[in-house]
Amino acid sequence: MAVSSMGNVAGAPSQRAQAQKRSPYPGWFYLPAAIIYAVLFLAPTFASLYFSLTRWTLFDSVFIGFDNFAQFFREPFLVKGLVNTLIYAVVTSGLKVVIGMALAIMLTSQIVARGYLRSVIFFPVLVSTVGVGITFTVLMHPTQGMINETLALFGIAGPGWLVDPRLALFSVALVDVWKGVGLATVIYIAGVVAIPKDYYEAARIDGATKWQNFRYVTLPLMRPATATVITLSFIGGLRTFDLIWAMTKGGPGFASDTIASVIYKQYQAGFYGLSTAGNVVLFVLIAVLVVPLTMLLNRKQGHE
Amino acid sequence: MKQRASLLGGVAAIVATFVVFVIPFLFIILMAFKDRQQSALRDFSWPTGFHLWDNVFEVVKTRNWMMITAFINSSIITVASVSLLVVFAAMVGFILARRKTRWNPLIEFLILAGLMVPPAVVPTIWVLQGLKLFGTLHGMILIEVAYNLPFSIILYRAFIATIPKDMDEAAIIDGARPLDVFFRIILPMLWPVTVTNIVVQSVGIFNDFTNPLYYLPGNANATVQLTLFNFQSQFSTAYNLLFTNILLITIPPLIVFLFFNRQIVAGMTAGAVKG
Repeated sequence: MAVSSMGNVAGAPSQRAQAQKRSPYPGWFYLPAAIIYAVLFLAPTFASLYFSLTRWTLFDSVFIGFDNFAQFFREPFLVKGLVNTLIYAVVTSGLKVVIGMALAIMLTSQIVARGYLRSVIFFPVLVSTVGVGITFTVLMHPTQGMINETLALFGIAGPGWLVDPRLALFSVALVDVWKGVGLATVIYIAGVVAIPKDYYEAARIDGATKWQNFRYVTLPLMRPATATVITLSFIGGLRTFDLIWAMTKGGPGFASDTIASVIYKQYQAGFYGLSTAGNVVLFVLIAVLVVPLTMLLNRKQGHE
Repeated sequence: MKQRASLLGGVAAIVATFVVFVIPFLFIILMAFKDRQQSALRDFSWPTGFHLWDNVFEVVKTRNWMMITAFINSSIITVASVSLLVVFAAMVGFILARRKTRWNPLIEFLILAGLMVPPAVVPTIWVLQGLKLFGTLHGMILIEVAYNLPFSIILYRAFIATIPKDMDEAAIIDGARPLDVFFRIILPMLWPVTVTNIVVQSVGIFNDFTNPLYYLPGNANATVQLTLFNFQSQFSTAYNLLFTNILLITIPPLIVFLFFNRQIVAGMTAGAVKG
């Protein structure tokens, strides 16, 4: 966070005259990156605004107005995908905030085997999402999966994690949390470590309890970390595709479809215009939700 | 008394994390050691015999040695795109941190947009086809560069801002050309953040599933992650092979993790806090 202060400071005026002679900072240094980014990211993004309004075969396109979008909000399985995307993003980012914060506080306290715990919690972040998805699909099998077999030992009848339509989306979200909570934890650890010890010293002199320490010192001072974790995992949750595709392919039925999986299914089916409309919907959703969210999180932070 | 409580808490934490985070990996390893019949039970049991090498051989030679092709393809994509990312992102980060013009806000906006906006899939395929790059390794490499540039630029820019400007000015006075200033003076000084960039981006690109799925179709172009996905149906009754496959593709990230744990965590938290 400390580096953000170096934002947009206007250069000294004398620098410009000097720069014209022979700038040590030539503008063409931007070019290689700018060309790749413009051609392969910006151009398709702008093109998507047009193609989402067409019936499109990649070779020719017929302008059909807002039909694709109308379909997106009319077809029950597409609406389902929209709702699921929101549920998934809220559930995963909420759990990552709570669990990540708890783990970070635990790992910065006087606890044995800190190094081991940190490594073990963080490692899944680096593992292939598809590999994790397949592994948990096997573990979550309703009758032969290890999770339900273990629950049965305790006399609990485990649910049909991925085959129950009401549960499938949440089961995938749980695996997402399992895989991603390590990142939230290390971000929180960085946040906790950055809190000056004086605050706790002052709180101790005032006779603060452990809970008060957490509620009035740790929690407010971790707000930047919380903002980061929420933004990051919320965007990730809205865009998620690979885990869902590896575990349920949106099923059973359309029970765990998200916008990203709908985009892929429509693409596979050859409905390129509809697929692109899905992309635009996702883009608008992220813009509408994430921009106010980050502004809110950062404004509160300014009040401290 | 207090010490005993913390020790107790520590032991509880170790047991809990072991059950939640370690057992799934042990499960993968155990399954990879089993034969077909035993693995069909999908339980957490000790392998009755040592079948790892048989399984590895079986997986590698499936579908005409597709795994070998996939590992080669993934390595090419990872190495090439990370190399380009490092050079191009460092160049942008350098100028962005040093030269303040009225274009800077626009560039910063584009970088943030790149972190947030989901790529428009079909229009990208359309552009790639127009450039004759669809379904080629070159196209895939450039896509990975385009999608991961914003993150790398943010890492570099933050680091370059901490290097005093006097460095470049001294070099200029000594008669160095801009290219020399960058490649001989700045780039070597960026080594710590370059290592972070290489490690974080390599893991991400090696593990990328979605983009190769869209932009790199075809068996000849299979990447490691797609292989696993393709074999999921092929090995649907041979769990030992499926998990051997998972084990094989988990090894590269594991090696990176063992050697570069610190850089990965530093990179992911620094980039995250900025982003």
